[in-house]
Amino acid sequence: MEAIILQVLNGLDKGSAYALIALGLTLIFGTLGVVNFAHGALFMLGAFCAVTLSRILTLSREVIDETQKDFLGNPLKVEIPYVHDIFGETLGATIIDWSVPLAIIIAIPIMIAFGVAMERGLIKYFYKRPHADQILVTFGLAIVLQEIIKYFYGANPIPTPAPEAFIGSFDFGALIGMDPNVIIYPYWRLVYFAFAMIIITAVFAFLQFTTFGMVVRAGMADRETVGLLGINIDRRFTIMFGIAAAVAGLAGVMYTPIVAPNYHMGMDFLVLSFVVVVVGGMGSLPGAVLAGFLLGILESFASMGAVIDLIPGINQVIIYLVAIVILLIRPRGLMGRKGVMEE
Amino acid sequence: MLGLNKKDFTLLLIVVILTMLAPFILNPFPESSDLAQFNAGYPDLMQRFVIFGIFAIGFNILFGLTGYLSFGHAAFLGVGSYAAMWVFKLLGMNVLPALAISVLMSGVFAVLIGYISLRRSGIYFSILTLAFAMMSYALAYSVLATDMDGPGQQGLLQKGLTGGETGLQLTLQDPRILGTQTTETGNTPVPSLFGLEMRSSAEWAVGDWLFTFSVGYYFCAVIMLIAFYLSIRIFRSPFGMMLRAVKSNQQRMSYTGLNPKPYTLAAFVISGMYAGLAGGLMVAMDPLAGPERMFWTASGEVVLMTILGGAGTLIGPVLGAGVIKYMENIISKINSTILHEWFAFMPDGIEDAMVTMVYPFIGKGWHLTLGIMFMLVVIFLPGGLVEGGQRIARLFRRRKDKPSGGDPEHHPKPAPHVAE
Repeated sequence: MEAIILQVLNGLDKGSAYALIALGLTLIFGTLGVVNFAHGALFMLGAFCAVTLSRILTLSREVIDETQKDFLGNPLKVEIPYVHDIFGETLGATIIDWSVPLAIIIAIPIMIAFGVAMERGLIKYFYKRPHADQILVTFGLAIVLQEIIKYFYGANPIPTPAPEAFIGSFDFGALIGMDPNVIIYPYWRLVYFAFAMIIITAVFAFLQFTTFGMVVRAGMADRETVGLLGINIDRRFTIMFGIAAAVAGLAGVMYTPIVAPNYHMGMDFLVLSFVVVVVGGMGSLPGAVLAGFLLGILESFASMGAVIDLIPGINQVIIYLVAIVILLIRPRGLMGRKGVMEE
Repeated sequence: MLGLNKKDFTLLLIVVILTMLAPFILNPFPESSDLAQFNAGYPDLMQRFVIFGIFAIGFNILFGLTGYLSFGHAAFLGVGSYAAMWVFKLLGMNVLPALAISVLMSGVFAVLIGYISLRRSGIYFSILTLAFAMMSYALAYSVLATDMDGPGQQGLLQKGLTGGETGLQLTLQDPRILGTQTTETGNTPVPSLFGLEMRSSAEWAVGDWLFTFSVGYYFCAVIMLIAFYLSIRIFRSPFGMMLRAVKSNQQRMSYTGLNPKPYTLAAFVISGMYAGLAGGLMVAMDPLAGPERMFWTASGEVVLMTILGGAGTLIGPVLGAGVIKYMENIISKINSTILHEWFAFMPDGIEDAMVTMVYPFIGKGWHLTLGIMFMLVVIFLPGGLVEGGQRIARLFRRRKDKPSGGDPEHHPKPAPHVAE
């Protein structure tokens, strides 16, 4: 029982990332009908928003501190971040400590702007082209984005810690009345899961309960008719592309404390996210979220020692295996809509 | 001639001449000149040109003709490599049986994967092939690399079937029942064709030029030419016509009473065998096989090559493979010192500015150049470099005011890549 709960929990954080990326992919696919291979790169860009912010916040000036001596007896040089000058020492330190959550604030406008620019500047010209062309051009864009990031930030992963309050783990088992020290779970992963749930809920609520969302849903169902009603559906779809980019970006921002970001993290996630989208059903938002969590949890179950002993290597291939089986026995995916990308 | 029409025969002849004279053509700059770094006439790189050419020709048979975009073709490359490696380990160092087995093994693999993947088309097919390739990669990396000899045994399978991260290597203990276990000097033998060592080469110095003729290159080149010839025959055959029918309208094809499935499967298997042949050749040139050959980026590379050169055209994939491999090796070698030399004629400030501007695109940044080039090609030239060449040619023809009498069959217009 403990083992099962532990694996479910372990699967949640990866599942959350899969779900968020897959959600964005599906939003783009459902609205614009574009297969976006650059979505992983957007995830990576989000992560590097966090890295950039933490670098900006820690920009410092050097001061010679006479009260402290180094081992040679010379006065020690102390770096004082400008943030300390502006906000005072305690508040400044807190701001630096919370740089990752703060990055959310800057990541949202940046990612939306980037998404809109990408749609208007590039994707727009590919609606009438075949899916393979869309795959190829976004694949090329992903390479370009990766290489730009690599040029500025180098090829090594850049560790970006979570706020101190969330570092460490807690005893999840004790909370739900089990023996202590059975289920230890890091705080940040729980934060990530909660954050993902908030984003997912927000996206669904936005689509379900706002007029804007209603129009977008109508456009997803029948673009032409909505256009005939005099609604500028293209503009709304562009904004949806921006939102999808922001969702991927936020997933990236919050993922930085879990895995130190490097320039190819997006591609690593993208391959799996596509599998998730296909398993969930092309064009189905709930399907994408469900499949994201399912596959994340499945992956963590497959990494259990007992399972690996039984079927060696299963943890490496389980997601692909599931995808193949699902695609063959249920071609529409778990919750795919009828008539979307079916042959 | 050779069952080809005049135009195709001319094309084949040009390719034959180019590949045979490649050591000269790719070495246009004298050794002592500043431009010597742009020479690509060394065996290692030339071998890569033709090997990846084979890989891309095979990929083009699937993608260019049927429109099925496989994102997992590197799996066959890997299978071919491992198969050839095992032939070297078990039988002997002759390259012919190794190549035969690698083609056979990758063919068997392609039948398995193709039979399942081809049940879907469009993006689903891409994802399925990607999933299979990543599975093969993961298996080669971990499970198949575990000790299968049993504890305490120091046998052949001590590092599993694939050797894991370090890859599969030749060792002195390999049986090699038809060949020699060790050379007289006590080293592992090298791949050869009936005693002709693949790595041996002859050099010819003419003035300031140094030309290298390597056995390995010419062996690969001959195989590439055979592969190219076969691909022309496939393009021109009724079978090739059927594959084009799959691309242009699969539904109509079924309505006329033809079952597209066997045709696509055959195309998939053929292109898988080409990939296996390329993998086998890689091992024949450099006896080492690692799992990274199956990684999805390797599959992406062959997609890039084919699209860049021109999918669905005969010469495009070879061209694309050449361009990408050339860039990979030459552009990545340029560093900022060389750039400074280039722009030295400019005033200092402008020189520095130019160097700073160009720097991100060279050296380690060559992927950036590749990505931008690829995007530009996909956006503006869906038919790849071949289409670009045709457009330029047409421009000239129009200037001369001659009616264009090109054979539309020869380089078919870029049709939608995926059968929808």
